[in-house]
Amino acid sequence: MGKLIAARLWQLVFVMFLLSLLTFTLMKLAPGDPVMLILDTEELAVTQADEEALRKELGFDQPLITQYASWLFQLMKLDMGESYIKGKPVLDELIQRLPATIQLAVGGMLVMVLIAAPLGILAAKYPGRWPDHVSRLFALIGASIPSFWLGLLLIYVFAYQWKWLPTMGKGGLSSFILPSLTLGFAMAAVYSRLLRTGLLESLSQEYIRAARARGIAEWRIMTKHALRAALLPVLTVFGMSMGNLLAGQVVIETLFSWPGLGGMIVEAIFQRDYPIVQGYVLFTGFFVVVVNLLVDLTYSLLDPRIRFGKGGV
Amino acid sequence: MGEPQYVKAAVFQRPLRLGLRRSLLRKPSLVLGMSLLTLLVLFAWIGPSIVINDPLTAQMAERLQGPSWKYPLGTDHLGRCILSRLMAGAQLTLGVSALVIATVALIGVPLGLLSGYVGGRFDAAVMRLVDGVSALPEFLLAITIAGFLGPNLANLVLAIVMVKWIGYARVVRSIVLSEREKEYVLAARVAGSSLWTILWRHLLPQILSPVIVLAALDVGKVILTISALSYLGLGVQPPVPEWGAMLNDGRPYFQTIPELMIYPGIGIMIVVIACNLIGEGLRDLLDVRSR
Repeated sequence: MGKLIAARLWQLVFVMFLLSLLTFTLMKLAPGDPVMLILDTEELAVTQADEEALRKELGFDQPLITQYASWLFQLMKLDMGESYIKGKPVLDELIQRLPATIQLAVGGMLVMVLIAAPLGILAAKYPGRWPDHVSRLFALIGASIPSFWLGLLLIYVFAYQWKWLPTMGKGGLSSFILPSLTLGFAMAAVYSRLLRTGLLESLSQEYIRAARARGIAEWRIMTKHALRAALLPVLTVFGMSMGNLLAGQVVIETLFSWPGLGGMIVEAIFQRDYPIVQGYVLFTGFFVVVVNLLVDLTYSLLDPRIRFGKGGV
Repeated sequence: MGEPQYVKAAVFQRPLRLGLRRSLLRKPSLVLGMSLLTLLVLFAWIGPSIVINDPLTAQMAERLQGPSWKYPLGTDHLGRCILSRLMAGAQLTLGVSALVIATVALIGVPLGLLSGYVGGRFDAAVMRLVDGVSALPEFLLAITIAGFLGPNLANLVLAIVMVKWIGYARVVRSIVLSEREKEYVLAARVAGSSLWTILWRHLLPQILSPVIVLAALDVGKVILTISALSYLGLGVQPPVPEWGAMLNDGRPYFQTIPELMIYPGIGIMIVVIACNLIGEGLRDLLDVRSR
């Protein structure tokens, strides 16, 4: 257990180092001169002296390795610089945008669970029969439909044709429905099949037979005994597909003009607001690795066999 | 872009039951997928010789028209033939995604073979790299590269290739690890076969099926990634007809002319369904199991 945590922490450091190196290099390779970009936004006549002064202020006259070191040092102090466009500290911008993104993620996961759990359980209960086929068809469509297209179709039907729901922006509870549905739909496709596979596997185990022999009710066996074991692969994939969740968020937040991180990054890319892009990449990279670390730790809670070191699943 | 990454951990299992029962025609999903793909290929490469409009020529006088004999699906906001653009988009989507997967396999398979068979420091170095990259979601890298180097198709492809190869390296390495101590490999080694012969003649055939399945399933994901990022404006740039980009073009008009966004969306969905059906069908046929 301790070894596992140590290995994962080491991976966290290694990945963050890779990411920092990557973003720093790309920032230097990026077209356009950041000095001119900053001066441009102030819409004043720029003199040579102004330019030199700012260049010096930003440390751009130093050798690259010195720049990297001082940048990394700033980063350790959570100073990610200021947005070229808004002039605000990057960290403030990230923190301000974060809640909307988390709320949407929660909404999406709620939709995912509401669709995937019944579908997966029914498919495992009646393998090869029609609930299984329905869930298979749903999974195929869910995995193949582009999320931005699904979102547009939902907007068209529910917002324009029927005028039931708002088209964009974040307001009351009703504004959560369409983005959450769009986000949750694609995820549900994957998880319902995964749940089915996991359930089928655990239903064939000895302890399920033992539970049946003890006369425990079928629904209780399903929800209490089988589901618990089936959650392990679901959890693994959940950790591994954090990146997909983030990707979905970028697309859906842009589509619905949602005031979260995903909408922010697309805007920043178009405006060439490199510090924001850099902040987003480092922040989400960190987040993805940490979630994976947590997933690994949660295993031991779900599966006593791992907790007591008696072999894996 | 949601995809089960568990396929990346696909492992090869020897067929339990061989025989005619496992013949091609017994796999309806494979047949359906193949037929869909064939139709799409015909649509993309034969279609343009039937509907002979240029997908790029703007005709402002004929913008946003309904279907006609000249423009079977009407025209877009710049008066370009929608059907021709859909066909050109199909060419682009199929061509680019095939190219991406081929490149990715050409990087990942040899690295996995060598890493698994040679082992030692080389293996350790490759695996460190794989671990490092695997923590980076491919989409995050795509955003990073688009963000710093500018949004275009080449950068998008670069980002996808940089991440996707690790799946192939992993799968191939794990199979090689389980195969390399087997008798036929030992026999080949004792007989003095070169490293190249062992890798090419003896080990490559073992890894072919899982790699093909992985590739078939990946094509669909790559298509979804490219179209999603093009929709956001971070991939294929106008005026090049790509389905995701076409959807973005049609966005301002979709209240009045929803067809502008419906056609490209259906196109993307059919292509991806075809790829997924083929991938699943091949997985059953070749008996490759995800764990």
